Amino acid sequence: MALTGCFKAAWLPRCLVALALGVLAASALAGGIELREFDDPVLAQRYHDLTASMRCPLCENQAIGDSDSPISADMRERVYQMLQEGRSDSEIIHHMVARFGDYILYNPRLERRTYLLWGLPIGLGIVGFMIVLLVVRARRKASAKALSADERARLDALIDRRPS
Amino acid sequence: MSRRLLLLLLPLGFLIVAMFLYQRLQHDPSARDSALMARPFPAFEATTLRDENRRIDQGLLEGEVTLVNVWGEWCPACKQEMPQLLELADHGIRMVGVNYRDTREKGMRFLGEYGDPFEVNIFDPEGDLGFDLGVYGAPETFLVDAGGVIRYHHKGYISPEDVTQRILPEVAKWR
Repeated sequence: MALTGCFKAAWLPRCLVALALGVLAASALAGGIELREFDDPVLAQRYHDLTASMRCPLCENQAIGDSDSPISADMRERVYQMLQEGRSDSEIIHHMVARFGDYILYNPRLERRTYLLWGLPIGLGIVGFMIVLLVVRARRKASAKALSADERARLDALIDRRPS
Repeated sequence: MSRRLLLLLLPLGFLIVAMFLYQRLQHDPSARDSALMARPFPAFEATTLRDENRRIDQGLLEGEVTLVNVWGEWCPACKQEMPQLLELADHGIRMVGVNYRDTREKGMRFLGEYGDPFEVNIFDPEGDLGFDLGVYGAPETFLVDAGGVIRYHHKGYISPEDVTQRILPEVAKWR
């Protein structure tokens, strides 16, 4: 497609699509993230999920599936090999954590060290719920108290005195 | 009474959280312990950089406190820390290199140019040993005790200050 054609209004949508595809292809190539073929779509999905769930040890906050650092490429390669060997997800994750530490997990595992981390949101939720419950009960109690006969007489007197 | 307690507890809670977060703010996010701390040096089978017929394994690291330095010819910081590694070798510390993701030719040229503090270099062209060590960027240095257990990990460049303030005290501690 000639680029000059893009200036004609009718060509614009097609040009944009072509441009977007070009940028996508270029970034896939320049990023150095290899495309892997799987015969089994389940394996492909597991590969995608695993590489999205592990953080690149070198680049602060990028999943190994998105990172073009050499170590991420090595880790993807190892995930791929282990999937082909028929290893389970937890075996693969354990294999990586044993080498690169808990740091690489976006979702830390539930163990004694992380009880506080996982438990705090639930605990705070329960505490908040209890506070709301107490406040509501206290308000209900206050409004349930009816006026005594004496108070009603004073209230009526005040209302009558109001200039109309 | 309970309202007053709440008024006291809320700022207190806020203060505690703020102090915790402020303290973590001073923390270097890239500084973290190796997952291999207090674990045996990973099993490996390799040849040496100099001699493709000499086979070595993890038994190499038993019997004496050893500094294992992971390096490659392609790594600029490795060149800069060579004088410090030569100094450590001069202190009588046993040094073993891991030639990581490199070729024999380039590795040998590097040692010819920048000096060779290493008793032996483990040749790791595919980075398999580096992977098992959890290496994610050379240079990295591991202190292995006489029982072959990893006791200290230094990530990145070793400065002259690191030699006296970190490495030498750690070596003394595990000798």
